Amino acid sequence: MDLAFTKEEQAFREEVRSFFRDNVPPDTRRKLVEGRHLSKDEMVTWWRILNKKGWGVSHWPKQYGGTGWTSVQHYIFNEELQSYPAPQPLAFGVSMVGPVIYTFGNEEQKKKYLPRIANVDDWWCQGFSEPGSGSDLASLKTKAERKGDKWIINGQKTWTTLAQHADMIFCLCRTDPSAKKQMGISFIVFSMKSKGVTVRPIQTIDGGHEVNEVFFDDVEVPVENLIGEENKGWDYAKFLLGNERTGIARVGVSKERLRRIRDLAGKVESGGKPIIQDSAFREKLAACEIELKALELTQLRVVADEGKHGKGKPNPASSVLKIKGSEIQQTTTELLMEVIGPFAAPYDVHGDDGSNEAMDWTAQIAPSYFNNRKVSIYGGSNEIQRNIIAKAVLGL
Amino acid sequence: MDFDLSEEQRLLKESIDGLLTDSYDFEQRKKYMKEKGGWSQVVWGKLAEQGLLGLPFAEADGGFGGGGVETMIVMEALGKALVLEPYLATVVIGGGFLRHAGSDAQKAAHVPGIIDGSKTLAFAQLEKNSRYDLFDVSTTAKKKGDGWVIDGEKFVVLNGENAETLIVTARTKGDRRDKSGIGVFLVPANAKGVTKKSYPTQDGLHAADITFTGVEVGADAAIGNPEDGLALIERVVDEARVALCAEAVGLMDESLKTTVEYIKTRKQFGVAIGSFQSLQHRASDMFVAAEQARSMSMFATMANDFENARERSNAIAAAKVQIGKSLKFVGQQSIQLHGGIGMTMEAKIGHYFKRLTMIENSFGDTEYHQRRVADAGGLI
Repeated sequence: MDLAFTKEEQAFREEVRSFFRDNVPPDTRRKLVEGRHLSKDEMVTWWRILNKKGWGVSHWPKQYGGTGWTSVQHYIFNEELQSYPAPQPLAFGVSMVGPVIYTFGNEEQKKKYLPRIANVDDWWCQGFSEPGSGSDLASLKTKAERKGDKWIINGQKTWTTLAQHADMIFCLCRTDPSAKKQMGISFIVFSMKSKGVTVRPIQTIDGGHEVNEVFFDDVEVPVENLIGEENKGWDYAKFLLGNERTGIARVGVSKERLRRIRDLAGKVESGGKPIIQDSAFREKLAACEIELKALELTQLRVVADEGKHGKGKPNPASSVLKIKGSEIQQTTTELLMEVIGPFAAPYDVHGDDGSNEAMDWTAQIAPSYFNNRKVSIYGGSNEIQRNIIAKAVLGL
Repeated sequence: MDFDLSEEQRLLKESIDGLLTDSYDFEQRKKYMKEKGGWSQVVWGKLAEQGLLGLPFAEADGGFGGGGVETMIVMEALGKALVLEPYLATVVIGGGFLRHAGSDAQKAAHVPGIIDGSKTLAFAQLEKNSRYDLFDVSTTAKKKGDGWVIDGEKFVVLNGENAETLIVTARTKGDRRDKSGIGVFLVPANAKGVTKKSYPTQDGLHAADITFTGVEVGADAAIGNPEDGLALIERVVDEARVALCAEAVGLMDESLKTTVEYIKTRKQFGVAIGSFQSLQHRASDMFVAAEQARSMSMFATMANDFENARERSNAIAAAKVQIGKSLKFVGQQSIQLHGGIGMTMEAKIGHYFKRLTMIENSFGDTEYHQRRVADAGGLI
């Protein structure tokens, strides 16, 4: 057991950090620090810089453009990326559909999709959740019927993140209505520009537009767009959700936010002195930092374990990551709210693109607090995570 | 970065787990409690035989040169079995003072006895009003000739009832809360002027309040610099905190395991109560708390080797906070999920709860350490 980073790992951290310093567009970084949303152009520009460096799909196998890094290197890369902060690679392409395609897709699909995912030539979105299928995802109803050399797709998806930007969707569709829940589902990919696809925005409580409803009305999809075997989609979905377990803790994001809290708390006054001088506030901040340190170590344990035993055999501690990671993210947004106090109230009607210079940056703190309520809901709600621990870890 | 145990560490873990499985089930423990001093000389002898009492000492001193990870392995195992024997007081703390600052003569006089199990130690530090501040020392050590005269009162000295040798913090200079002018002294428990009031503690260990009245010791009694011993005391107490974190992890593991087994078998309304979601979620939260504690116990073990004393203390304080919060949750919920039976002396779970609870209040509680981390400027 040796819990220190090696010299090589430290040098790698330096290399990554200086690359971010030199290459992340300053405006992109500023917007992230202030909790603003980025435009599609800003994100794509950065991802292409990353891809040009060879780091766009770092965890993919080398033959598809991956880096061959160790799991500790991946951890360091992610932590530096999140805490710089710079935009993370588009999860839907890079972390979700990419690995499904290179693991279960045929050669033609790999050739066709993988390079375009890496360079974000296609923006992908995820068609999983439906109005009636949230935590009980396998109850999904969107249908794909085989007609000649086409799938005819009908149904509705929801909570489709950034579908307004998307060129492609990977979609769980019911292909065998007579089979039991999980057995009759297939994994089909198609263009969002197809006739019969309608995207309708959902405005969330922070006032933002991240998620959408997506409707399919007799959408025609070529049969070769099925990934893997027909009716095996549930297996691929489980594989997909099992990947990137460790990214979900978002330790770097919380670290960056805690630095911001400390910085603001040194400026904003309460009782005639900076809030950071208030011992009760300081202790609350310390409590959150300690929890985050524990989470970081738990994450490192999971990461180190992945390196030892290969993917697909998650460390029992990995289920902790989602629960604690989301709770801590939420706590950091609460602390930010506490720091700015009454100045949380003003609402920027011009949205969060930063175009309204008159509006102070504090305008994004309350929306970020509202928005972060999602983190204990998405990706398997924390209640579902507790079910998983009870069943898979404790055997209850 | 590597969280796996080395081959030797794995063998160490197997050997202590094996020993305790054979000789330390809950029924055997009850018998040991009734022995003289409240623990088993036979078990202590077995720990010595396996080399566990010499683990952290340098090979030159007759030990095995084990580091923090080795101590962590042992303390976790001792926690898991709810062991009564004075490993913390003797090997970790007593041994710690000797390892870090003992002269060759002091080591020669005390280490062999620790290693062969013939001798135990106790750390006389807490005072009536010192609470958790290690520098708050009223007991005095005044120069007399070449030696020292010690006067004062120490409280809740773990293993104070049985130890042959006491390690006493005493002020050689300055006022009660001065950070300089504190010394550390080896005092034979049977020295003239030492009086003890012994009692069992809430968690089944034994302690004593000890009064020192004109106790004379030689010049060779001082460990390290008698006028500037605080850094040494902090160093050793930090090691004790790290050890307690590991012990607590072992206790939490066993508490969770016992509780999960219980709710799988206990039936109400015709079904195992572990089939109810509210209980499942509680148990899951206990698992989360225990894992976070394990991570911080490892962090503390690593921090113990930090060269910068401030960073070391800050990290270990943080670990003690996490362990304190986790142990309170796991301990309390273990009782809750056991229901009425958890309230009885007969069930083992309550004894785990009590030991966990006492660990929280040892060498700084959660509030104390959280304030330390906050005042040090945080942890990020």
